[in-house]
Amino acid sequence: MTQPKNLPFLFFVFVSLTGYSQQRYIAEKAIISFFSDAVVEDISATNEKVTSIFDAVDGEVAYLMSIKDFQFPNKLMQVHFNEKYLESEKFPKSSFQGKITGFNVATAGKQEVKATGKLTIHGVTKSIEAPGTVEVNGNRLTVKSKFIVKLVDYNIKVPQIVWQNIAQQVEVTLDLVYRPL
Amino acid sequence: MKKIILLLLVSPCLVFGQDDLLGELEKGSAKETEYAFATFKGTRLGNGHTIETKNAGSLEFIFGHRFGAINGGAYEMFGLDQAYVRLGLDYGITDRLSLSIGRNSTDKTMDGYLKYKLLRQSKGAKNFPLSVTALGGMAYKISPKDEDEPEGFEDVDRLSYTGQLLIARKISTNLSLQLMPTYIHKNLVESYEENNQVALGIGGRLKLTKSVALTTEYYYNFSAPDNSTLTDDQKQYDAFSLGIDIETGGHVFQLLLTNAIGLTERAFITETRDDFFAGDIHLGFNVTRTFQLKKNK
Repeated sequence: MTQPKNLPFLFFVFVSLTGYSQQRYIAEKAIISFFSDAVVEDISATNEKVTSIFDAVDGEVAYLMSIKDFQFPNKLMQVHFNEKYLESEKFPKSSFQGKITGFNVATAGKQEVKATGKLTIHGVTKSIEAPGTVEVNGNRLTVKSKFIVKLVDYNIKVPQIVWQNIAQQVEVTLDLVYRPL
Repeated sequence: MKKIILLLLVSPCLVFGQDDLLGELEKGSAKETEYAFATFKGTRLGNGHTIETKNAGSLEFIFGHRFGAINGGAYEMFGLDQAYVRLGLDYGITDRLSLSIGRNSTDKTMDGYLKYKLLRQSKGAKNFPLSVTALGGMAYKISPKDEDEPEGFEDVDRLSYTGQLLIARKISTNLSLQLMPTYIHKNLVESYEENNQVALGIGGRLKLTKSVALTTEYYYNFSAPDNSTLTDDQKQYDAFSLGIDIETGGHVFQLLLTNAIGLTERAFITETRDDFFAGDIHLGFNVTRTFQLKKNK
């Protein structure tokens, strides 16, 4: 390895490794929450254990979270959410895989972007499109987004008669800060 | 050497070149411990307890009601004319420790329990096959009145104690089974009874839908007196119940058929005078309502 004739190769290896690693970002803070205002009681829950990778060059992005990590103000609601609606024993994870378009890592400040891709909840995968913003702060990226998820799209059945305080759609909010991987 | 370098050159392309970011996240996610939850719908299985306790800051109001025996005939409106009631409150001090108090119409009994989740069934990083909850209870009979006390009766004679281990396994999403070794001490007993009694309960629930489940519970009393030497109103039978749980949001409705009318362990495990299999069946229900007093942070 110390022979000079190998130096160009080593250099090439080094460049290729660093070149790839710089475009990758990993979430250091990732909060996904949802909210729905219903007849009797508002429903809200927050998941602070989301993992995510974002490729700033080609825009590829992925999110992964455990359903059981959603924390509700009302613990009984949390049990019912896991047991009856999201069936987290059967479908423990939710994920998103897609692309963020309209983002340029070289541009400072807040940029309006669009995410398109496949959202998996409750074992059902659907193509979605969501608006959002990405802000470049030094080597950190702040990503925010808000979109609506309809329960019926993901085969989440809520018995309206027995529990009227669940709406048929929820508003999902993403708040993430990425650092270079 | 060339081969190694070639491999090094290619490997970043292999690792980073593949676009499945989700796959990488999945690989990177640490193995977590998953605790079994919602093994039972409520804190009561039929007459007795389940491993479940209330979560921290939540208060449950339990209204337990048993009618008279169905075989009382039309004169007794098939038992509906009579009522045995327990009004109770359960409160979660922590997610694992809860406190319960209640008032029973049978013998005008006040009861209190402490219930603690010792072990929780889990899989993943930590594997444990069972959930175990310890229950300690005390019951105080207000009947008889002071002026009606027999000769030599002391206030401590009104007390009885219960120690119980609740051992359960959630076998699948729909099926949970429970074993309940139980110890009961009564300070004052009838001449044919023992002060210290040991029983073993067995029970389970089978979910029919997400909100409806069938339940059953049977307590075998090892210390029961020999019924053949006793009169009919002294005879003691094992408590049995068949029930259906219906859950609607913050309520759980438990409808039961049972031979027991008491709602303390003393009453239903050691003082059940009716024989389920001879038709002395009582319709009963437990209705619970949970209030979240302190918000989960």
